[in-house]
Amino acid sequence: MAELLRPYRALLASRLRAQLAYRRSFAMDLVGAAGIGVLELAEVLVIFSSISVLGELDLAGALLLFSFAGIGFSTADMVVGHVDSLPRYLRTGTLDAFLLRPLPVLAQLITSDLQLRRLGRTAVAVVVLVVALSMNTIAWSPALVALAVLTPVFSAVIFAALFVCAAGVQFWLVEGGEFANAFTYGGNYAASYPTSIFTLPMRVLFTFVVPAAFTAYLPTLVLLGHSGPAWTPAVLGWFAPVAAAGIWTVALLGWRAGLRHYTGAGS
Amino acid sequence: MSALAVYAGLGWRRWSAYRSAAAAGAFTNSVFGLIKAAITMGAIGAAGGTLAGYDALTGATYAWLAQALIGPVNVFTWTELAERIRTGDIAIDLARPIDPQAGYLAADLGRAAFQLLPRGAPPLLVGALVTGLALPAEALPYLLGLVSVTLAVVVSFACRWLMNLAAFWLLELRGVTTLYLVASNLLCGLVVPVHWFPPWLATIAAWTPFPAMLQHPIDIIMGRADGPEAFILLGEQVAWAIGLLVIGRVVFEVGARKVVVQGG
Repeated sequence: MAELLRPYRALLASRLRAQLAYRRSFAMDLVGAAGIGVLELAEVLVIFSSISVLGELDLAGALLLFSFAGIGFSTADMVVGHVDSLPRYLRTGTLDAFLLRPLPVLAQLITSDLQLRRLGRTAVAVVVLVVALSMNTIAWSPALVALAVLTPVFSAVIFAALFVCAAGVQFWLVEGGEFANAFTYGGNYAASYPTSIFTLPMRVLFTFVVPAAFTAYLPTLVLLGHSGPAWTPAVLGWFAPVAAAGIWTVALLGWRAGLRHYTGAGS
Repeated sequence: MSALAVYAGLGWRRWSAYRSAAAAGAFTNSVFGLIKAAITMGAIGAAGGTLAGYDALTGATYAWLAQALIGPVNVFTWTELAERIRTGDIAIDLARPIDPQAGYLAADLGRAAFQLLPRGAPPLLVGALVTGLALPAEALPYLLGLVSVTLAVVVSFACRWLMNLAAFWLLELRGVTTLYLVASNLLCGLVVPVHWFPPWLATIAAWTPFPAMLQHPIDIIMGRADGPEAFILLGEQVAWAIGLLVIGRVVFEVGARKVVVQGG
């Protein structure tokens, strides 16, 4: 196993060293990434400056929801977010180089450009999580503690699958990178707000097709003891692992089909 | 003048070449519009039916118009000029018998003119079908709106131009670009309308050119600002456009003096 992972460790270590080589640039990048986190937080705070309850959540609940989605999305963005540069590799023909190496293409692509700077955004979300946990009154039980710990993890796993789904679609599109943003960044946007404010078709879309609601909203309902709207009851909050398995199956099948569809230009 | 018209035409042609990119952009704008309209209507509902003068329908209209305009106005980033400064290609621009700032502005207006319909119409169409739109019935707001959108493109260009010039002094621009993105997206009214801001944030926004990129044109098109108010907003946009373009020229002159072209 250790032998199997050695090439990836070497790849990752080289990426990390490269990013840390220019300290000041890296610091600026971290601040920039944190700025994006603050921007998203500002949106929530501005909205709650004029109202007290959105969906069934007050500000404390909305911040808890926001932090779960934020930690999950920024972690996924750091680890696999750069697969959205696939259109460039396809256009310039550099994907062919990946195909020649004796490692799976997706694994190579993921380890090719881990973006440490995204930690700036994760940091903002972690601070919000700590604040939100102290603001809410939660009837802690061992099961709820496990849920609170595992929610950001499965949130990241689900968002990572969405990135891979979006990348898989690129094999069929030309210059269609932005199309995929609708599901990745759009999924994050939808996940950062109570899904209950959406109309039923949209709620079903963001729960059962793009499983954004599993990343934050449904687990938050369980933690705060809400019952949830019709068709998407709070009990679904326990099923994020099932949603993650489902979306990863779709992502990997889509990726495999896309890679088989790809024809190199002989570059 | 005819050279600038050619630049504008080239801007149009360059962006119209990638039809699927325009379609992908419009699709994404529309999906974000669905989410944004739902959040806006949810917040207005929670506030008891009206929030800062927006009811559910006008709030949704605001969200859809914002999604329709962000493509043409381009409130996001643009680093083409910075790339050219870094690679030294800027020397080619300096050698051309046309003012670089005017040339790039003309090309950007051509881009915006092309993107107005393919990027603007789909979100509005989806909006009309899903939530309905509250738009004025007379022609004047649309005419003034078109002027305002054009001015918004100029203000947006002038800001992006200035941000790109930082490449004369900095090697790595990503941090600067990201911070610009954060400031512009929040303060232009894309995230939530500027009218919803708490007073201190509204004051900050009023001192920046960002509301002139999105909030002003939308206020004029929706008829929220009509009569003299509309002309005050247009005047504000003109002032920002001229002021920022002039500062952009001065900074460009200073930066260009630093450029050393290697023969080859």
